[in-house]
Amino acid sequence: MNRQRLRGLIRKEFLQVLRDPSAIAIAFVLPVILLLLFGYGVSLDAREVPIAVVIDSPTPQTASFVAGLDYSPYFAPRYVATAAAASEALMAGQVSGILWLRGDFDRLLLTGRTAPIGVWLNAVDANHATLLRGYLEGVWQDWMLIQAETAGLALAMPVVAEPRIWFNPAVRSRDFLVPGLIAVIMTLIGALLTALVIAREWERGTMEALMASPVTMGEILLGKLIPYFLLGMGGLLLSVAMAVWLFQVPLVGSFWLLVLCSALFLLVALGMGLLISTLAKNQFVAGQVAIIVTFLPAFILSGFIFDIRSMPEAVQIITHLVAARFYVAILQTLFLAGNVWPLILTNAAALLLMMLIFLGITRAKSRKRLD
Amino acid sequence: MSAKTELALVLAGVDKQFRQGKRSTQALTQLSVQVQRGRITGLMGPDGAGKTTLMRLAAALLHPDAGEVQVLGLDTRTQASLIQQQIGYMPQRFGLYEELSLRENLDLYADLQGLPDAERAARCAELLRLTALSPFAARRAGDLSGGMKQKLGLACTLLRAPTLLLLDEPTVGVDPISRRELWSIIQTLHGQGATVLVSTAYLDEAERCDDIILLDQGRCLAQQPPAAFTAPLAGHCWRVRHAGMHRRALQESLLTRPGVRDATLQAEGVRVLLAENPPQPAPDEDWQPQPPRFEDAFISLLSPPSTPGQPAPAMSTPSRDQRASDPVPRSSAVTVDGGMAPAPRAGSTQPPAATSSSEPVIEVQNLRRSFGSFEAVKDISFSVTRGEVFGLLGANGAGKTTTFRMLCGLLPASSGVLRVAGVDVRQATATARARIGYVAQKFALYGNLSTQQNLHFFASAYGLRGARRQARLAWAEQEFALTDYLGTNTGALPLGFKQRLALACALMHEPRILFLDEPTSGVDPLARRAFWRRINHLAESGVTIMVTTHFMDEAEYCDHLVLMSRGEVLAFGSPQAIRAQATTPDHPEPSMEDAFVQLIQTHESDSRQAA
Repeated sequence: MNRQRLRGLIRKEFLQVLRDPSAIAIAFVLPVILLLLFGYGVSLDAREVPIAVVIDSPTPQTASFVAGLDYSPYFAPRYVATAAAASEALMAGQVSGILWLRGDFDRLLLTGRTAPIGVWLNAVDANHATLLRGYLEGVWQDWMLIQAETAGLALAMPVVAEPRIWFNPAVRSRDFLVPGLIAVIMTLIGALLTALVIAREWERGTMEALMASPVTMGEILLGKLIPYFLLGMGGLLLSVAMAVWLFQVPLVGSFWLLVLCSALFLLVALGMGLLISTLAKNQFVAGQVAIIVTFLPAFILSGFIFDIRSMPEAVQIITHLVAARFYVAILQTLFLAGNVWPLILTNAAALLLMMLIFLGITRAKSRKRLD
Repeated sequence: MSAKTELALVLAGVDKQFRQGKRSTQALTQLSVQVQRGRITGLMGPDGAGKTTLMRLAAALLHPDAGEVQVLGLDTRTQASLIQQQIGYMPQRFGLYEELSLRENLDLYADLQGLPDAERAARCAELLRLTALSPFAARRAGDLSGGMKQKLGLACTLLRAPTLLLLDEPTVGVDPISRRELWSIIQTLHGQGATVLVSTAYLDEAERCDDIILLDQGRCLAQQPPAAFTAPLAGHCWRVRHAGMHRRALQESLLTRPGVRDATLQAEGVRVLLAENPPQPAPDEDWQPQPPRFEDAFISLLSPPSTPGQPAPAMSTPSRDQRASDPVPRSSAVTVDGGMAPAPRAGSTQPPAATSSSEPVIEVQNLRRSFGSFEAVKDISFSVTRGEVFGLLGANGAGKTTTFRMLCGLLPASSGVLRVAGVDVRQATATARARIGYVAQKFALYGNLSTQQNLHFFASAYGLRGARRQARLAWAEQEFALTDYLGTNTGALPLGFKQRLALACALMHEPRILFLDEPTSGVDPLARRAFWRRINHLAESGVTIMVTTHFMDEAEYCDHLVLMSRGEVLAFGSPQAIRAQATTPDHPEPSMEDAFVQLIQTHESDSRQAA
């Protein structure tokens, strides 16, 4: 390893990044856009859901029933005169559900019999519908408790649930999306950028000139690894800063542990990028391959948005090949739960193994030869 | 031992094969050559001869399948890193980092070659002076001209004064002035004791070498000093002039005579290479002896002696014979529509007499095109008459391709008048396009489709239907002798056939004007000859040919030409007229290249005085 040659290569790489707008876009602009998009735009919570309320014959009873809806942060009730109009609004997508209190609601209630209410939900988005049902049930359970209290009766409830929500007490999906997003961003910088830059050297013919110089293959690889490692860590700090200060995601665990694990994951991503471009030698192919085998799995199969446990068995097994899966687990734990050592150590060990495999294959595959 | 150390490079019984999928190509076969220290050795040969493979073997970037390669006494298999510390290798596409400045590129290679910091400043200054690049040290490599890039590439390989310098086609695509500068750098290095192995496609550069290795199909045909190549041909070379006959007709007539190995247009006459002495002049012909050139030796060694007058049997050994015995269409067989009359049916003949009319087919007046603040084409004007071969000459970056794209309606002009085949291109681009055929650089064919599928596609693309489509397809197949290759994917076709297929596709709709963008770039002299004969026949049948090239000697094939430099027209006229502009008492017979160099130098000193 010759320090002068390595220095030359690293300086060249930095100059190229600084002068190539596309590299800066991938390393800095894209992370910011993704974070803003996911931080503000994407939410898996249901809030202020428009719901049509049909009351056939308004009475004080029905008024107190729907008052629960009015005060709920989850619903934006819209009062509609007839069931037909409500159903039209549902078809038109103006509301996500219908609550129908029929004319005999009051009478049945007062006679002490069961008073059925009608609920229709738009279940095209199954997750959304399940959430709504839960919220609605909550609304009338609250109402029933109040009714029972005012009537001076103890509602006979054999089991009472007292939920405690751990790690994300506010149940904000943003708090778990933003840490997961960091894994996607690191994959982007680590794998996509690296895959492109080595392929570019082949495409422009600079690789042949490099190879004919006394530089060794190890130096060429390190000359790529070091600059993009630093760039990736820069991207990490930017993302963590945005997560903590802009989106108010709590960082419960250790910051330094987060940096250490991120460095490990970044090396895996760089290893994948280097391997792809060593094999592809063409920017277009390298870019496509990098997106399909690193970026998309990091998005879909890492547990960042979609829960791995609810995937089919076979897909669950496949997710073990996705490095981002282990990193997402580490990130969500460190941000929300804290330094849970057993979990972090097993996931970090998996990352270490993948890093050794990818960098090892890359080193073995890159010979200083053209044939 | 002493004899061995005199050799900088030794290849002994080297075989090299490349595999791609199921296909394999034998690049080098039992090749044994030696390069002596302290000399300039030229590496020549047609395309696919194995020049680049040899260079890469010498740079230890490839290992031989059999035999051994020794560089400076070291084996390339086991001592690659020691070799790479002592050689300088400049690949065909030298890897400059375009985002980095000239200076930063030099610094990078100084680091890579381990040039100590203390020596760096002096060495860089020396190289910048040698290459005359000092004024551009801060400019980005991507913004340098083609010639400057090549000089910078050379400077980068020279930073740590290599013992052996390997240069792979350093002068390709570079304007004549830069080409001369590059050679003067090589001569300077040689004077300082460097050993140089340089491959080149320009045959006139052979005379600058001490020794020539001539490769063909991976084998060494000969290795000797250039004088030894030309000596046996003394008395075989003549220049023929005919008082009444057009030189192109004279060339055709000479090519059909027995004993004529080669006939090329040169100055006012035709240069002839005879197989045997003495010449048998026909009446009215003036035969003057000429000194033989390396090109003559190249032709006589590489083209199989055939019986002129009757075309050699088609493609008995296709990879080789397709170059020399390219079945050139006789003018009577060409059916391309040259006139304004409705297109004749295929198979009918078109009288070649149409050439005499002098109506302008292409008119360009005050044409400009700028990209941002950069003016690629600055106020140029010229016109082309029907049935002529019109050349657009100039180095890379002269504005040829920009002009060409505007003529084809592929790029809108910034201002000026542009009429092609009687249609204003700026108003009716589609109409103009239907009247032209276009062969792009590197022949834009679909490599994964067969020859037949390519033909069918282009027939459909030009909207040919029914009987006319059948007739044109049959014409293309027969005219360009493509029958044997109809089922072959075009990616696997030999270069000569690709060229023919590209022409067939471009002529499918019987255009009046054929645009050819650098059709001979990267093509060896034999294929270039065959190509130009084909073009001449097309022109005789009335098709107007517009062609760009950076080979100055190809100017002789044109009836008229425009010489461009930095977006401006330096000269417009017949080759003779342009050469006449450069004729001085010292230079009674300047070549087109001499004329080009002189015109540029005068132009630059003029503009400097004006400024």
